[in-house]
Amino acid sequence: MKTLAKIWIFIGILAILSPLGIWLPEHFNSKAAWGEWDVGEVSKASGYRPAGMDNIAGFWKAPFPDYNFEGWEDKTLPYSGLAYIISAAAGILSAAVIILLLGKFLSAKGPRGNKGLDGTDE
Amino acid sequence: MHIPDGYLGPVTCGFFYAVMIPVWTAASNAVRKTLKARQVPVLAVGAAFSFVIMMFNVPIPGGTTGHAVGGVLIAILLGPWAGCIAVTVALAIQALLFGDGGITAFGANCFNMAFAMPFSGYYIYRMLTRKTPPASPRRVFAAGIAAYLGINLAAFLAGLEFGLQPLLHHTPNGQSLYCPYGLKVAIPVMLGEHLLVFGWIEAVITALAVKYLQRKPEIFPESGAGS
Repeated sequence: MKTLAKIWIFIGILAILSPLGIWLPEHFNSKAAWGEWDVGEVSKASGYRPAGMDNIAGFWKAPFPDYNFEGWEDKTLPYSGLAYIISAAAGILSAAVIILLLGKFLSAKGPRGNKGLDGTDE
Repeated sequence: MHIPDGYLGPVTCGFFYAVMIPVWTAASNAVRKTLKARQVPVLAVGAAFSFVIMMFNVPIPGGTTGHAVGGVLIAILLGPWAGCIAVTVALAIQALLFGDGGITAFGANCFNMAFAMPFSGYYIYRMLTRKTPPASPRRVFAAGIAAYLGINLAAFLAGLEFGLQPLLHHTPNGQSLYCPYGLKVAIPVMLGEHLLVFGWIEAVITALAVKYLQRKPEIFPESGAGS
């Protein structure tokens, strides 16, 4: 099998195993990454609510915050794990598609093969 | 290391967008000139790998969590500009779809993980592997060292950006408007946790990937480092 195909299979396995990324921190009683708490948590930890944070913190509402679905926030591992795997698959697919499109766009006049994306030989 | 919205003030956010816009432009030009068409699928798998490996949060028991980024690995295989593009795409998806890393902080996050990390790692790797054949075991160690140093530079920069906020923006009584932790807390924490734990994870993953890929000439650069 071609190496690239093997790597894609490996990436798929990573997606299926990705719930380890939520299970391990839970199991070892670890908190969120440093500096990635929400405004409430950071206010509690530092003793005051930084006055500018609220204005910027709500700047963007991501459709699937924390790699989870709306209404599933309180559900535990089987559900959060499933949402995590679906998020991983969606992210992997989006990343690959964006790069392939960028590659097409950057190489609009370039033939395939050993030539550079701009169509010139190395 | 994904700085959320709200932690960095407008000065810092604007500054890093201003730095990154020319970097992204240069990256597009460099990739168009140097990346071969057959390398585009490798870049796609690299961006996908960077995205998914960042989902593997590794715990420090009772403490915080962190993860690898994959930025140095992509730079070793395809060059630092390609590494910049791949990690930028991964970070953009994380910020836009999953709220992992802010939109206002996107320039800063990209500067740390999509620029400083792949470039520093790439040049350290190049320096350590000059005139070394592609299959040399030395490349495996060099990749590990480069990945370790690259992610620690990114962590240091994130700590610096966090820690500057109380100096840049504060109320008359000294309360920060944004990240409440100063340099003396943010830098030791960000750098410490990556020096002790997460840097090693990045190093092992990068070294193992190079060990596997260095005997695959269709993916591993013939000169031993993407140009």
